[in-house]
Amino acid sequence: MSDTLLWYTTRAAGAVSLVMLSAVVVLGILSTLRVQSPNWPRFLTTGLHRNLALLTLVFLGLHIVTAVVDPFTHLGWLAAVVPFSSYYRTFWLGLGTIAFLLLLAIVATSLVRGFLGHGAWRAIHWLTYAAWPVAVLHGFGTGTDGWSFWLLVLAWACIIAVGVAAAYRFMSGPRDPLASARTAFRADVNRREGE
Amino acid sequence: MSRLRLLAGRDITSGAEDFTEHVRRLGAQPAAGPALIETIVRSGLTGRGGASFPVGLKWKSVAAHSHGSAVVVVNGAEGEPHSKKDRMLMTTRPHLILDGAFLAAHSVRARQVVLYIGEEHEAARNAMLRALAERRPNERKITRVLGAPPRYVAGDSSAVVHLVNAGIATPMTTPPSPHERGVEGGPTLVQNVESLAHAALIARHGDAWYRSAGRRGAAGTLLVTVAGGVSGPGVHEIEAGTTVAEAVEMAGGVTEPARAVLIGGYFGSWVPAEHAWDLPLDSAMLRERGLSIGCGVVGILHHSSCVVCETAGIMRYLAAESSAQCGPCFFGLRALADACSRVAERGTNPDDMHRLHRWAIDVRGRGACHHPDGAVTFLQSALKSFPDDFAHHPAHWRGQGRQTPAGRAQGAHLDE
Amino acid sequence: MSRDVQFLVDRIRCDGHGLCAEILPELTRLDDWGYPIFAPGPVPDQLLPLAQKAVESCPVLALALKRAERHRTAR
Repeated sequence: MSDTLLWYTTRAAGAVSLVMLSAVVVLGILSTLRVQSPNWPRFLTTGLHRNLALLTLVFLGLHIVTAVVDPFTHLGWLAAVVPFSSYYRTFWLGLGTIAFLLLLAIVATSLVRGFLGHGAWRAIHWLTYAAWPVAVLHGFGTGTDGWSFWLLVLAWACIIAVGVAAAYRFMSGPRDPLASARTAFRADVNRREGE
Repeated sequence: MSRLRLLAGRDITSGAEDFTEHVRRLGAQPAAGPALIETIVRSGLTGRGGASFPVGLKWKSVAAHSHGSAVVVVNGAEGEPHSKKDRMLMTTRPHLILDGAFLAAHSVRARQVVLYIGEEHEAARNAMLRALAERRPNERKITRVLGAPPRYVAGDSSAVVHLVNAGIATPMTTPPSPHERGVEGGPTLVQNVESLAHAALIARHGDAWYRSAGRRGAAGTLLVTVAGGVSGPGVHEIEAGTTVAEAVEMAGGVTEPARAVLIGGYFGSWVPAEHAWDLPLDSAMLRERGLSIGCGVVGILHHSSCVVCETAGIMRYLAAESSAQCGPCFFGLRALADACSRVAERGTNPDDMHRLHRWAIDVRGRGACHHPDGAVTFLQSALKSFPDDFAHHPAHWRGQGRQTPAGRAQGAHLDE
Repeated sequence: MSRDVQFLVDRIRCDGHGLCAEILPELTRLDDWGYPIFAPGPVPDQLLPLAQKAVESCPVLALALKRAERHRTAR
């Protein structure tokens, strides 16, 4: 396979992964916000979120494999799983490895959610808020040689979309209608030491 | 009342019976173990906390799951506003209760006894603590005392377990129920103080003795709190099977003509007075009639009061006492209370009446604990017993949403 | 041969997301406050796959399918 083709595939797959990941994050946030309409049931949001996440992993896998086998970068397979172990753009690539590992953990735990229990699953799922920005930084850090105008537009569109969704999520209170009443009651019957 | 049992001994107004007196009157602590469990099963003793579950079967179940890891919880929370019997028993006969607790602990092979006493019941708490100090070291060593928050659901068995385990008195999802897995994972016997006191006497005198009291075919004695429109409201020990009329006589009789009787407390049922007088106060006999003895509250409502308004007040109280863990309970009871209040304050309207019936059916059975069920049972008894009052209620407000000093609505003015 | 499978609902975990009612309207409806009411009785065999999907789709894992022995029937 020609070196240039590998190189372009890596960057294309990386860009697609980032766009897809951003969509996954936005869908996840929409799910938490309980967004729905008569034409858009909740299981559409959650179903898309799940399926798109798995598809993202496929493109991410393509991105990683083509990057590793590309002779130009001299990456070993180790670099794909051990952060900051490559000579090529050590720091920025390392970020990519971190993002990849986080996403693996998030997807793996989601696949065994029934066995893991809701609490543990949720705690790990929160790592999404770390994985996505790390992936974005990785993209900017490793992909800056010859970024086209459109790629930049796409990247910023992703950032704005996730940023707005996340901001909305964190500014609106809990969507669980019982949250405040439950907290108030618990406070009244709380007899733990020192509270 | 000719045959006092729990309240035999010194007069109940003269304070707690101390250990010396207790032993002098009743003898030494009897034996515990599987034989005692069988005796209690044969006695037919049912729980006095509200559910009327057979005590012997409960002990048997906990003993079966126990490998020395069981825990006994002495439930003296008494969160029911009009009930005073548990407080009274703790204040005057603490050693009967403690006897029962330690007999239970021995019989189910428990390693711990928890005295769970309502935080606001100071006299009761002091009496129990003083009594505990008089007990043998091996009993004191395994016992600890815990305050029950003054909320209605704090007396729920799973709420007690949750409080001991995690420090918060909210009911939990069952299964597993406390008798399978409760405090620190061990099988837990949560038993009302009155039930334990009865067990302590049965251990000494036997099941035949227990069943020798009772009227009209019922067995044993029980404590009832007669509240509301009587001249001498308070706690009385009655033989099982005593009628409501007889119990009301013991409490000095009604002060005004009565309209309705609330049997069983806030999770009980309204009965029109003319049908209530002959009702026998016994858990089995009431259950046959679709009613429940509950926690033994018998509340008298006068003609001058309004059933609809009282019902609305109690529904508001019960709605406010939801632990807000389950949507159908929290929102459903609030909606029911609001609809009831609208009927009470602004008069009957077909929409609210329709809602009351529909939501009551929707809410029943859809909480993790029995709080919504109890509230709905209460409401449905009001709708069934006083359909005309609800159907033709004018716009007035003769109930009371009285605030206690702590700021919590007390519901009905039954105690006036 | 019916295996008598029942829904088991953790009413405290349930937050009224309502995906179960979207996926299985044959056996589930939402009350006036958005919380699910389940039809009593066992799940019909032909609806078992959808019931399983409903269980998996619950965002808070409040649902389970249990072989009914002597459980309190979920509502």
